[in-house]
Amino acid sequence: MSEHRNKQTSLVPTRKNMLRVWQLLLGLAFIALWSLVAQNEQWAFFLGQPQAVLIRVIEWFVPVTFAPNEWISTGLHGTGEIYVHLGVTLLETVLAFLIGTSLGLGAGLWLALSPMTSELLNPYIKGLNSMPRVILAPIFCLWFGLGIWSKVALAVTLVFFVVFFNVYQGVKEVNPVILANAKMLGANSSKLLKTVYLPSATSWVFSSLHSSVGLAFVGAVVGEYLGSARGVGYLILQAEGTFDVNTVFAGIVVLTICALILDAVVGKVEKRLMRWQQPSSTNNSL
Amino acid sequence: MNYALELDRISCEFLSNSNQYEIYTAVGDTTLNVSQGEFVSVVGPTGCGKSTLLNVAAGLLKPSKGQVRVFGQPLNGLNTRAGYMFQAESLLPWRTALQNVMLGLEYHDISQKSAHELAMDWLTRVGLNRFANHYIHQLSGGMRKRVSLAQTLVLDPDIILMDEPLSALDIQTRQLMENEILDIWSKQKKAVLFITHDLDEAIAMSDRVVVLSAGPATHPIGDFVIDLQRPRNVAEIRHDPSYIHLHEQIWTVLRDEVLKGYRQQLSPTGETVP
Repeated sequence: MSEHRNKQTSLVPTRKNMLRVWQLLLGLAFIALWSLVAQNEQWAFFLGQPQAVLIRVIEWFVPVTFAPNEWISTGLHGTGEIYVHLGVTLLETVLAFLIGTSLGLGAGLWLALSPMTSELLNPYIKGLNSMPRVILAPIFCLWFGLGIWSKVALAVTLVFFVVFFNVYQGVKEVNPVILANAKMLGANSSKLLKTVYLPSATSWVFSSLHSSVGLAFVGAVVGEYLGSARGVGYLILQAEGTFDVNTVFAGIVVLTICALILDAVVGKVEKRLMRWQQPSSTNNSL
Repeated sequence: MNYALELDRISCEFLSNSNQYEIYTAVGDTTLNVSQGEFVSVVGPTGCGKSTLLNVAAGLLKPSKGQVRVFGQPLNGLNTRAGYMFQAESLLPWRTALQNVMLGLEYHDISQKSAHELAMDWLTRVGLNRFANHYIHQLSGGMRKRVSLAQTLVLDPDIILMDEPLSALDIQTRQLMENEILDIWSKQKKAVLFITHDLDEAIAMSDRVVVLSAGPATHPIGDFVIDLQRPRNVAEIRHDPSYIHLHEQIWTVLRDEVLKGYRQQLSPTGETVP
């Protein structure tokens, strides 16, 4: 009897399962519509074709070649070239993320704990932050060449300010009672930094982690797009030069999937390191 | 007489919040002494400056006038012989209960091993040894107060300052904690300065109750020796005839001040309405 019941409950379409089904249907409907519109050759020139995009993605990842057949009219020319480009882009992202976060953390802590410096630098920081920093890319190209470091530099400028402002605000808003308590327990300033300010700032870094990883990725790709010899941004730029819209879309798909994976990794890391935090209510999906 | 803590003619002045050029006197000419091993409670209407007085005793706030002496020595900077239990949440959320109790020991460069032992010992004393590895958000309000108590007492301070430490707890948990604090205190008679707005709590726990006037320029207006026998049970002692008599005596002094303080909060200028 109980077994029967268990089976029933798992088969009953819960609200969440139904939602997944609808989400999947929505995606399929979009692709079907795209595919339908792409029957027209003129439209296909601008919008690409979902099948062609898929074939391009497969060619990038699987180095297999075969002649046209009844299934794939264009045949398959697998190169497996994406790994180098993706590797470069991810390397830039990770480097930019690490450098930007440590610089942001350090600067945020320093300025928050030294009000004089903070007031002195205030207008310049505001200015640097409001500047459209993507425009720095040509300068970085000039300084660091076409290799990965000009992209890392661009992405660092994006990551830095997110982390910096979060840490600055976080340290400024450390609970004064906690500070007074630590002082009464005998903390000197270096121990106060180690046991109160740094952990508190780190928690703010983590709250900005999702956006900063995303921005590191954006910085890397935009940097590549503006001038490079490797990377997914470079692939997209090349395809655009030959009006190969399918490859452009294939690049976008690959980048999106990578960004989702990065975000999931960050989520896992965050969950591990922020065990001490009260889990917030999770049923606020959209 | 050997005092652990002397507040000698203390005044505290601040710039007024509403008017930058106006000076607000929170504490005016207050003298308050706590002997070694004495449990002194300070009661007064809300907002009269009780916490200010405690911050002065802790050395967190420098008085505008007057002197603080700790075991006869004038106080400069923080009062290192005092432990302070705050009213608000003061534990580090990224540390477990045990790590929070170890915090002060780490500050004093005590080796990890003996710090661990001492902290565990105190957690056991406050009945939380099973919760040593819980983070703060996993503990109830009463448990958090116990961790705070252990965190303060593990350093073995000679003076214990408490600022309405139990005001956030429900009445049952509160009476339980009051008894526990008395129990711990009776074993190692430390000087205690206990701030509260609850007269019942003050009488039930203390050797002496000091009544403060309503602000501004709050000062003691009554000093009552509580000669009820110890050990006491805070829940039962409230039915004792001499307790009721003391309560009446102190309440007649306190009542007018509470009303005065209440009227001040209602009037926007902060001046006393006759």
